[in-house]
Amino acid sequence: MAARITKKCIGCGVCVDVCPYGALELFEGQAIVSGHCTVCGSCAEVCPANAIEIEGAASEGLGAQDKAAWSGVWVFAEREGDGFAPVVRELLTKGRALGDELGEKVTAVLLGSGVTDWAGELIAAGADDVLVVDHLDLADPLIEPYMRTLVELVVNRKPAIMLAGATTLGRSVMPAVAAVLETGLTADCTALAIDSETRLLRQTRPTFGGNLMATIVCPERRPQMATVRPHVFQAGEPDPGRQGTTTVVEMDKAVFTTATTFMTKHVELAEGERLEDADVIIAGGRGMGKPESLTLLNDLAKLFDGAVGASRPPVDEGWLPYVHQVGQTGKTVGPKLYLACGISGAIQHTAGMATSEIVVAINRDADAPIFELADFGLVGDVNEILPALIERLKKERG
Amino acid sequence: MNIVVLIKQVPGSTEIKVDPKTNTLVRDGVEAIVNPFDTYAVEEAVRLKEAQGGTVTVLTMGPPQAAEALKQALSVGADRAILVSDRAFAGADTLATSFTLAAAIRKTGGADIVIAGKQTLDGDTGQVGPEVAMHLKLPFATYVKKIESADGGKLRVERLVEDGYEVLELPTPCVITVVKEINEPRLPSLRGIMAAKKAEIVTWSAADLGEDAKRFGLSGSPTQVVETYVPERVKTGEMITGTVEQQVDRLVEKLKETGVL
Ligand SMILES: Cc1cc2nc3c(=O)[nH]c(=O)nc-3n(C[C@H](O)[C@H](O)[C@H](O)COP(=O)(O)OP(=O)(O)OC[C@H]3O[C@@H](n4cnc5c(N)ncnc54)[C@H](O)[C@@H]3O)c2cc1C
Ligand SMILES: Nc1ncnc2c1ncn2[C@@H]1O[C@H](COP(=O)(O)O)[C@@H](O)[C@H]1O
Repeated sequence: MAARITKKCIGCGVCVDVCPYGALELFEGQAIVSGHCTVCGSCAEVCPANAIEIEGAASEGLGAQDKAAWSGVWVFAEREGDGFAPVVRELLTKGRALGDELGEKVTAVLLGSGVTDWAGELIAAGADDVLVVDHLDLADPLIEPYMRTLVELVVNRKPAIMLAGATTLGRSVMPAVAAVLETGLTADCTALAIDSETRLLRQTRPTFGGNLMATIVCPERRPQMATVRPHVFQAGEPDPGRQGTTTVVEMDKAVFTTATTFMTKHVELAEGERLEDADVIIAGGRGMGKPESLTLLNDLAKLFDGAVGASRPPVDEGWLPYVHQVGQTGKTVGPKLYLACGISGAIQHTAGMATSEIVVAINRDADAPIFELADFGLVGDVNEILPALIERLKKERG
Repeated sequence: MNIVVLIKQVPGSTEIKVDPKTNTLVRDGVEAIVNPFDTYAVEEAVRLKEAQGGTVTVLTMGPPQAAEALKQALSVGADRAILVSDRAFAGADTLATSFTLAAAIRKTGGADIVIAGKQTLDGDTGQVGPEVAMHLKLPFATYVKKIESADGGKLRVERLVEDGYEVLELPTPCVITVVKEINEPRLPSLRGIMAAKKAEIVTWSAADLGEDAKRFGLSGSPTQVVETYVPERVKTGEMITGTVEQQVDRLVEKLKETGVL
């Protein structure tokens, strides 16, 4: 199955230029399609001769669902410590907007042990309903019990949309749920919108390390599922006066069985040091020169109430653990402020931080590629600028 | 111990450029590489085999030229390579891809452990590993940074999470996806390269997998890409010059204006 070029092709080459996957070329005056074709349809849209047919409809092999029976926006209320992951409030605010646009309810789904009392916080953050499954076996986030519980809830209550944070948990449980339900899941979304005509959820995500954005829909299967990057949506102010209902759902114990055992958890980053949650990340690269210089990053991070990040070389050198690495083989972050110190801005690094709101770069090489991405660039030595900045901020705080 | 490793050939990302005129990715001359995370998956499988015996099968779904990626895996110690390739697979999203790979794994006779990379550079979803596990009805663990032990039908792994790591014990057979921290992949030996050159790559078509063909490729994919575009880089970056003092003053002023301070 691929785009098919019919005899009407006039060899103009417009499709070749527009194909995001480089899957088309001109051969003897006609366009031809290669194996790179993802059947995205961009070519058919622009073809002036209507010569391109897209074969086979998406999802026809999965069976039809009565889409009218599915409604509402669900948000997975991921727990973190004694509260919720920050992305949950962001998703409830966004989910609220989507629900209002559709004229449908917003439901938060809360799994855990001894968590029923927490539902009020989710209502204050925007939920109309909270579905709670409260059971000892859900205390640790194990895949199979979480997956089966969510599948059970979805099958019985039929939400149109289901959102979760693109956290390690969200990115593990949601694919499992989607596969069992045989529906689509869009990873790492940075924008969500309702198509006014079709009422479908338009899910936009960066691919190729942020070089290309793709908007994806799931037309025939339900729920339409997405994981969403933390920090892309603004969380609204909680409204303690908001009204909502809490439904505690009992499950058959078989739902919770698993042969996987949760042994222990080792915490390497204290609360507030997690890169995914931080509003400010102070990141250092090879240009920091020596491990001792990292105390500058730590000091600055404290002043900003932020976390410390790193490019790959300092991690490879063992100056700080891998949990700090940002980039293609590290973490993807999107803080309000990303301060890159002695980082050249290789694409493997910027892939992990390009969606940051404000980027400040300090580098002694004025031609370093990181400056192309920076809102504010300072050419200079990190060993001079960082201590001066720290002094200045300390003075300011008194 | 029989291990199946899922690998994918991807465009070497450093070379990815966007043509500013047409707003499309320039793929010409872009070298294809084995998805970096998958090289850690291969290495881990070969280490397990060296410690405990067994075979390592590398499996990919892709166009015929993806055989090159399989040869690379053979050159560093994989025993058997399977290419699942058919026009019917085109347009596959993660559901159809994982469905196809799961069918191929079954056809190999199954595995004690299936290892995938954390995510690919191009698809970049990290969903294929967990979805394969569900199609095979197996338990799985993502973001594995260390295999502590693998014996007695149990696999004990360390799994990276936001603020540290968890230790989990899974029964085999199971699926894991691995991160870079798990090992340092070896370079191919000369003998390995020679052996890989001569090795046979088994190729399976859609018909060979014996599944409902409608579950493959586009027709088995619930999602559709409706639009692609190059993000606007509207940054009008300001270079802050002057003495260190002046630079710091101006930066602080700017950060206050933008509200982060
Ligand atoms: C498959 C693959 C995956 C990768 N994944 C990642 C990843 O996840 N994350 C990542 O970061 N990298 C990753 N890399 C590595 C990446 O390609 C770059 O090598 C790396 O990001 C460079 O790090 P850097 O900017 O700290 O070092 P360099 O590129 O060496 O840059 C150091 C910079 O510091 C500046 N400098 C030096 N001294 C000073 C000073 N005193 N004051 C101010 N500036 C100074 C220099 O001008 C230079 O620009 C990956 C590479 C590959 C091949
Ligand atoms: N076409 C494919 N063939 C084989 N393995 C794949 C394929 N696509 C993805 N994978 C595996 O699944 C992992 C996650 O891929 P992705 O979900 O695309 O990010 C990769 O690291 C591979 O191990």
